[in-house]
Amino acid sequence: MSAGAEVNAAPDRPRYRVQRWSRSSLTSLGFVLVGLVLLVSVPITLNDNAVEQFTSLLLFVILAGMWNALAGYGGLVSVGQQGFIGIGAYATIWLTQHGVQPYLAMVLAAGVAAALSLPISALVLQLRGGQFAIGTWVVAAVLGILVTLDSSLGGGTGTSLTALNGYGQSTRLRYTYWLTLAFTIVVFGLSWWLLRSRFGAALQAIRDDEEAAASVGVRVLPLKLVLFVLAAFGCGAAGAMILANTLFIQPQSIFGVQWTAYMIFMVLVGGLGTFEGPILGAVIYFGLQYYFADQGAWYFVGLGVVAILFALLLPRGLWSLVEERTQVRLLPVGYRLTREGSGRRRAG
Amino acid sequence: MSLLQVEDLEAGYGLLKAVRGISFSVEEGERIALVGANGAGKTTLLRCLAGAHQPSAGRVSFDGADVTSAPAYKRVASGVAMVPEGRRLFQALTVRENLQVAAENGRPGPWDVARVTEAFPMLEPLLDRRASTLSGGQQQAAAIARSLMTNPRLLLLDEVSLGLSPVAVQSVYDSLEGLDRSRATLILVEQDLTRALAFADRVLCMLEGRVVLEGAANSLTREQVTQAYFGLRQAAGGS
Amino acid sequence: MTWANLIVQGVMLGGIYALLACGLSLLFGVMRIINLAHGDIAVLGSYLVYVVCDHLGWSPFLALVIALPVMLVLGYLLQLGILDRSLRGGQLVPLLTTFGLAIVIQNLLLQVFSPDVHSLAPYAPWISTASWNVTSQISVPLIGVLGLVAAVAVLGGLQAFLHRTPLGRAMRATAQDADTAALVGIHPKAVYARATAIAVATATLAGTFLAIRATFDPSSGSTQLIFAFEAVVIGGLGSLWGTLWGGIALGVAQAIGGHIDPQYAILAGHILFLAVLASPRGRVIAHGVAA
Repeated sequence: MSAGAEVNAAPDRPRYRVQRWSRSSLTSLGFVLVGLVLLVSVPITLNDNAVEQFTSLLLFVILAGMWNALAGYGGLVSVGQQGFIGIGAYATIWLTQHGVQPYLAMVLAAGVAAALSLPISALVLQLRGGQFAIGTWVVAAVLGILVTLDSSLGGGTGTSLTALNGYGQSTRLRYTYWLTLAFTIVVFGLSWWLLRSRFGAALQAIRDDEEAAASVGVRVLPLKLVLFVLAAFGCGAAGAMILANTLFIQPQSIFGVQWTAYMIFMVLVGGLGTFEGPILGAVIYFGLQYYFADQGAWYFVGLGVVAILFALLLPRGLWSLVEERTQVRLLPVGYRLTREGSGRRRAG
Repeated sequence: MSLLQVEDLEAGYGLLKAVRGISFSVEEGERIALVGANGAGKTTLLRCLAGAHQPSAGRVSFDGADVTSAPAYKRVASGVAMVPEGRRLFQALTVRENLQVAAENGRPGPWDVARVTEAFPMLEPLLDRRASTLSGGQQQAAAIARSLMTNPRLLLLDEVSLGLSPVAVQSVYDSLEGLDRSRATLILVEQDLTRALAFADRVLCMLEGRVVLEGAANSLTREQVTQAYFGLRQAAGGS
Repeated sequence: MTWANLIVQGVMLGGIYALLACGLSLLFGVMRIINLAHGDIAVLGSYLVYVVCDHLGWSPFLALVIALPVMLVLGYLLQLGILDRSLRGGQLVPLLTTFGLAIVIQNLLLQVFSPDVHSLAPYAPWISTASWNVTSQISVPLIGVLGLVAAVAVLGGLQAFLHRTPLGRAMRATAQDADTAALVGIHPKAVYARATAIAVATATLAGTFLAIRATFDPSSGSTQLIFAFEAVVIGGLGSLWGTLWGGIALGVAQAIGGHIDPQYAILAGHILFLAVLASPRGRVIAHGVAA
């Protein structure tokens, strides 16, 4: 089955077809759908503690996916996504302080983060490489300071999401989980759609060689902007849900650079630039922090060392090992070249 | 013993093979022209000789020693210098500084700023100008002068006539002609067939990574070279 | 405090920022790497000095005699083990590895020294408190003068090194075009190692001055990195003296902001930085190339 185009119609040359879907990718799509159904049913089948843990896991998946969207697809290494995480959390606080229903506030807060990313992009998107990295870091630091200075938002000592006090614990955990799951599906769906669209090829081109891409007409800046806004939305959503999960936040921690450290770790270990890699990385990270987070500073040293080793030795992450062995893709984002007449495939 | 010996050299970029099994040798004092169409592999071959590109197979020997895997800066110490395609002067440095840097990091020997401005008189007034302000022809002269400052025994020149006016090209070749043969053996990559045949002792013509014609410049006819250049067969025309 | 006094304080602080920044700028110019661990290296240097002062009772400047060589060795290992390998990986890898390194250094310091805040001032009691009253309004602290003098001396020395010595010329050539530098006999790795050594040494010196003037703790590295970067951007990439002006501008902005309200000090610096970014100059900086 294909929606293919014929290439190379010269008589004595083999014919190839360009396909998007193949048998294996349909199978994996099936698995994904089944997985989603299972995920939706988690609050119904599992206990409160499990629901909370799954929510954490999904939050890591979102964060990893968003950082990968910036660095893996767009070549933008951001060390400042915590700025948007904090915006998402504090926008939720502000909205609920003004009477908005808490879960609606969380959705709106993600939108606020996306909206704020537009003027921020005007400052930082012109920068490249390390300058962009530190530029985003400064922006995040500024946002953190501004929040700390605002006493109505609790200032330096932190604040709670009191608007959720009216919900029973189980109910609160369930709604929080489902909203987090919804956000996860939305941001990953948008990422997948972006990759499959003509943006996808353009993004690959930019990542490989920005100037060359621009010289063949790829509109570099708008594409980077799309990624930047998407990542801001996703991180803002994550920030709002982190607040919903933990109920209490402080500027130093929610705007802290350790979030970037987690994101870099997840994406490097899982697989930079792949669709599936961040998910794998998030799962691994979730496991690690579940068992080792109480080790304090040593835990972070370990994260850092592992990240360095992966960056130097296996930059395409663990998923690249899986991909090479099995040619498995969760969802098709590229093109496959298949020879007509034979069942054999060559990956595109 | 030949100054340079190349055996079964192969080199490429990923899956793309640019040099497919080339062997030849160069004697001290010779002037060799490497000709061929774009994409024939000339620059890649030259870069392998200079140490700027790692070959995937084969051997390069210089003065009896195997230098196949030696990096570029080590080859300069042995006496191999390359004037890269596009001149590649250090733009923010002055001409004098470009020359100094090469002298300070090359081999000891007779070349110095005075000698080099004698060989390339046009450089004399330009010595304290920033390299970025020079014209194409001036940059080419400066680039060759810079390589000479490392006192090479083998000088590799990649497309020195590229992008230059005919007058500038003539000036460059006049200066090259004036170089003492006992001091520098030359291998030039050159697109201009007439110049190549006029200047060189020996010509190697490359096509798709292989040497398809080799011989003394004065014994080859233009037709022979042109045909080899374009890959035309002697017998019946057409591919 | 009058305006004049504020500016004097700002200039002195700015000199140290410039000293902190020149290493970052040099590494970027020569290797095209923004070392995200630069600030943490400066803090590591401060801690090393602190350890020597604490155990031997020496003054910080004397302690540098021991601390600097140790830092240089660490810098050499850093270059060999991480930076050089990162260069081969492409554009993103150096950022990722240096960020990882920053996290590692910060948390190792945290583990070894605890989150307590320290200062080197007690080990240089006279130097850190002495000051002249130039007029009734302006007071010039000795440590400030020393810092500014050190900054100008180092920057001047570095400028002379780059423009008047063979090694310096080789470094500038490599910064321009590393491949062609190899073609004239320069060993790029050796150049990189020297650049890293200079960056680490100047960062350690700057870190020591900052530690005498104020306090430091394991997490100070991030802030110092940001200050260094802001000084470079405000001053304009590409010239060492530009970095000095950038550092001074940053110092003055922080002094003025801090005068309005202590909480605004760092914020004022950030705002100046963002304003420079937003200006047409910012566009130049974004596409500019260093040294």
